[in-house]
Amino acid sequence: MSAVPAMFNPISESNPIYRARRRKNRVLMGVSLAMLIYGLVWLVWILVTLLWESAGALSPTLFTLMTPPPGAKESGGLANPIWGSLLIVSSATAIGTPIGILAGTYLAEFGRGSWLASATRFLNDMLLSTPSIIIGLFIYTVYVAQVRHYSGWAGSFALALIVIPVVVRTTDDMLKLVPNSVREAAIALGCPKWKMVTMVCYRAARAGIMTGVLLAVARISGETAPLVFTALNNQFFSNNMNAPMANLPQVIFQFAMSPFEDWQRLAWGASALITAAVLLLNIVARYILSRSK
Amino acid sequence: MTADTLSLEKLPSKLQVNDLNFYYGGYHALKNVSMSIPEKCVTAFIGPSGCGKSTLLRTFNRMFELYPEQRAEGQIMMNGENLLTTTMDVGLLRAQIGMVFQKPTPFPMSIYDNIAFGIKLFENLNRTEMEDRVEWALTKAALWNEVKDKLKQSGNGLSGGQQQRLCIARAIAIKPQVLLMDEPCSALDPISTGYIEELITELKKDYTVVIVTHNMQHAARASDFTAYMYLGELIEFGKTDDIFVQPKKKQTEDYITGRFG
Repeated sequence: MSAVPAMFNPISESNPIYRARRRKNRVLMGVSLAMLIYGLVWLVWILVTLLWESAGALSPTLFTLMTPPPGAKESGGLANPIWGSLLIVSSATAIGTPIGILAGTYLAEFGRGSWLASATRFLNDMLLSTPSIIIGLFIYTVYVAQVRHYSGWAGSFALALIVIPVVVRTTDDMLKLVPNSVREAAIALGCPKWKMVTMVCYRAARAGIMTGVLLAVARISGETAPLVFTALNNQFFSNNMNAPMANLPQVIFQFAMSPFEDWQRLAWGASALITAAVLLLNIVARYILSRSK
Repeated sequence: MTADTLSLEKLPSKLQVNDLNFYYGGYHALKNVSMSIPEKCVTAFIGPSGCGKSTLLRTFNRMFELYPEQRAEGQIMMNGENLLTTTMDVGLLRAQIGMVFQKPTPFPMSIYDNIAFGIKLFENLNRTEMEDRVEWALTKAALWNEVKDKLKQSGNGLSGGQQQRLCIARAIAIKPQVLLMDEPCSALDPISTGYIEELITELKKDYTVVIVTHNMQHAARASDFTAYMYLGELIEFGKTDDIFVQPKKKQTEDYITGRFG
């Protein structure tokens, strides 16, 4: 007879290997769940506090009135920083997107395997994780200190430097997802390479690239540090990109730390606006991506 | 004309390959291949995986040039010019030698634009002419009846077999002289394969067709001439009936009868 007792069946509930695996599974599931709850608690807390505190600030006048002077009797709004943020963010996007898409196209389509592409990709990843305050200081040194004044343009340049690496990365990644067989098929028709890239690869990667741009916009719309040294702030409504310009993150920064209650309320209002904008951009990005599948 | 009345030597050759060697970096993938591919016939390349049949096909339209580590030496003559060294624009060359790939590769655009894309590269057609050409190509590829009501829909929405016929239509729409097909049926079900086989027989009236296949029956049914390749060498090349019924070489016979491969 064999050494193993005939009654032991390894495929059974009582098998210790199986029981140990089940135990491990339960422990890990428990830990994951706890971490999930831990993460969610803070997120929900932030959002609830934001909604609660900004509830008093949210009114139509937020969009029509200027930021009030300190200790003003009448209430103010955020019209000038909303407009300033729109101008700065949209010009930053307008500057950064084409550069990012073209650089990403080079990496994915033209520079494959070249040392220039690998070096660029490496540096781009570094730029991607550079603290934004350093980008602000950089623009301060090379632009603001040279022209000797703060300006909306300086703010846009700083934010564009944040947009570029995000867009480069997504363009590169999304173009790499386009199957090589589709590229070959275009080439086999006698199609020149630039036409293959613009008419076939861009089409295939369009949704992904647009999502990347939207996420970059979401990313910069709340950036404060790069604007401290560049766009500064402005108490008044201004269309002049060559002069200091009001913007929502600066308003939050200044007003939240002020002793005036109406300023603090406006800071909460500005926070709610930025959060809502970021949320909206993320929803649009997800919608575009899901529709393309 | 059927293959019975043909003989390789008497037919006008469309592609004349002379002492072709091909390298993937240091790997010698094609060794002194010489053959004459006859005009307006179907020539099949068979052989085990890695024997070089797709490689040979991809030298004809210089597809390998997309990859810098690949290079070809020798001659591929077409219309009196060596395709490998000609000063002719490579885009023009590829427009004369169409290619259909193993997997269907519809472009991310409408069915109509998939066909029109290639035509627009070389011809300036007005709306009606373009519509006529698209219909002609789709009809030729036996797809027109299935898609005529949804030309504006995405090519990705078609079934695998329809997508492959779309790719064939796209390739013939620009009226090439030669059509290269790299295992065009390997991803398809038997019914779609049947369609495409019929289509190939139809196409040889106007085009020189060169097809790579792993499927013996497919080669036997669809081709006039068959080349058996092994380890980068052309072992035997002749009339399909001869290759399958009375191959001259033992190696070919072993492969065809399944004793090897």
